[in-house]
Amino acid sequence: MKKTLLVVIVLGLCAAAAWSRSLHAGPGKMGLREALAQAQPFDTVFVHGGEYRDTAGFEITRPLTLIGLDWPLLDGANRLQPLSVRSNYVSVSGFRVANSPSAGLEDYAGIKVYNARYVYIWGNRLENNYFGIYLSNCVSCVVTGNHLQASGTVEQTSGNGVHAWKCDSLTIADNFAAGHRDGIYFEFVTNSFIRNNHSEGNLRYGLHFMFSHNDHYENNTFYRNGAGVAVMYSRRVTMHGNRFHENQGSSAYGILLKDISDSQIIDNEFQRNTTGIYMEGCSRCRFEHNTFRQNGWAIKLQASCDGNLFTRNNFWANTFDIATNNALVLNTLESNYWDKYEGYDLARDGVGDVPYRPVSLYARIAEDMPYAMMLWRSFMVTLLDRAEKVIPSLTPENLRDDTPSMKAL
Amino acid sequence: MMTKYSSTAAATLPFTGEPDGVTCAEKKARPVAAMLKIAKYVLYDILRNRIVLGYAAFLFASALTFFNLEGDGSKSLMSLLNIVLIVAPLVSVIFSTIHFYNSYEFIELLVAQPVSRRTILGAEYAGVGGALVAAFLFGIGLPVAVFAPDPRGFTLLVVGVLLTLVFVSLAFLAAVLTRDKARGIGLALLLWFCFSILYDGLVLVLLFAFSDYPLEKPTLVLTFLNPVDLSRILMLLQLDVSALMGYTGAVFNEFLGSPMGVALAYGCLALWVLLPMIWAERVFRKKDL
Repeated sequence: MKKTLLVVIVLGLCAAAAWSRSLHAGPGKMGLREALAQAQPFDTVFVHGGEYRDTAGFEITRPLTLIGLDWPLLDGANRLQPLSVRSNYVSVSGFRVANSPSAGLEDYAGIKVYNARYVYIWGNRLENNYFGIYLSNCVSCVVTGNHLQASGTVEQTSGNGVHAWKCDSLTIADNFAAGHRDGIYFEFVTNSFIRNNHSEGNLRYGLHFMFSHNDHYENNTFYRNGAGVAVMYSRRVTMHGNRFHENQGSSAYGILLKDISDSQIIDNEFQRNTTGIYMEGCSRCRFEHNTFRQNGWAIKLQASCDGNLFTRNNFWANTFDIATNNALVLNTLESNYWDKYEGYDLARDGVGDVPYRPVSLYARIAEDMPYAMMLWRSFMVTLLDRAEKVIPSLTPENLRDDTPSMKAL
Repeated sequence: MMTKYSSTAAATLPFTGEPDGVTCAEKKARPVAAMLKIAKYVLYDILRNRIVLGYAAFLFASALTFFNLEGDGSKSLMSLLNIVLIVAPLVSVIFSTIHFYNSYEFIELLVAQPVSRRTILGAEYAGVGGALVAAFLFGIGLPVAVFAPDPRGFTLLVVGVLLTLVFVSLAFLAAVLTRDKARGIGLALLLWFCFSILYDGLVLVLLFAFSDYPLEKPTLVLTFLNPVDLSRILMLLQLDVSALMGYTGAVFNEFLGSPMGVALAYGCLALWVLLPMIWAERVFRKKDL
């Protein structure tokens, strides 16, 4: 998908280059507004180093290639939107874009793209913007290699890093987003890729997904975000090889899955999160070969989930492996590795001979009385937990792994 | 080494039971030097009966086993935590009590000498505590230094050493409170049983019984009243910090999440070493042997 997109863009640009002109804007040359007005479709505008402010904000209204040389600064001065793109076939690279204003009604962004196709935004530095890069009603656009940094302190007055609304076939890759409300935000975005991004220290979510179907994200890192990652109300989402690290707090999750169906979560790594995966209303999802390490709760599986399969996952040194809120179990656990498993393997086939019950009694007690966590790992509590594991009475008897693996997978 | 410290340390110690005609300089120099000398003999005596050596070997073997069996460092530390919380106090408390009663004649002999009772008790404490701490540091410390040389491992060692000293103090208290060996050992064991097992059970019952009330602060206070719980919490802060961060209670997060709270926890643990020992010393000073 991404390849064809790139080919189309490159071909388009090549073809355009054949009979296009180059314009230069900068100190001692023409102004940027003038250059944008003079440029014919498929021209290239080189913008030289310097600071550019405009009374109304710069707008690109025809197919253009904008190349920043020596990091020219487009400054919104906290009053207006630095750059708006309202045309197909636009490429913007090499700019510093800063200080788009925060407002209640209008979502101002550093670079905002309206109703366009084949827009390519790459290698820019966005500093201290309300929204960073905003794609509104776009198709087949690429946002890659941008560095987005904001210093928001309150969710209400800060916007998202890369924000996409009602889009299709996007590629968001190799970006770095920090200090925004959500690092990357998708709403009504379909058939898109999110790859190799790094989202760190954002106020709310590292990645936020709503009503976005058939998307694929892989090899991203989400580190120390206020509430981790949220994927909601979406179908057929695949998540491969992502890292969810150190999202800690009373409502922080490595990943929050709400009303997700027919999705795949494979090869991901959840480390030191308060809750690795929190899932509610999820159906027919497949969790395979993920690693859960040193999380408070590796998985919080609400009883509203059904038909999910957890297989070949590794659970290491989590405080609690799985917690649930009801005895009703409509999900399957099989062939996972649990470091707390104490069974034996007489047949020597690498599969434990007695089932493993990952739900701890004390996890339920701690759910009702959080301060009871103070007694965790005490002799009495360990004893209680042991007794419950041997003869389950309060924890769901059916939530168990019948074929636990003896070795890490 | 000895003389270097003796003059300053001794100056702060008031001492009792001095024979007449001792010069001021002699007074100052003597107690700590005497204490170290006695402690040395206590230590020799302990090393000769090999129980502490066996304890060290046991700790060493189990630590090595845990680190080799579990592929993961934090899992091994969790298993070791149980040893530190249960076994180390138990061995410390029993060994110290028995040792105290067994060296009763030695103590009686020393009391006849021009040495203060405080010095004698201090020397006994230094000898027994030193031996047990050394055994712990060898048995657990060495494997931890090799396999888990990080803040978690370090915390485990500090907590283990403090806990050992706490239970040596408690054992001494039990031993000076009763002359009868069986009752003394019984009392020491009872103390261990209360702190390690019974206390948590009672707190748990309390939490259930009063679960309708806000119990955050009481839980925190109750925890500080038990050295084993204190040690456990300090270790929890290393091992289960992800889960504890999910804890909604502000009191907890603000208190134990801050360096101040952790420092206070260590301070309390240190008090648990000192207070029983001070009490024991008071009893021993006036005791009719």
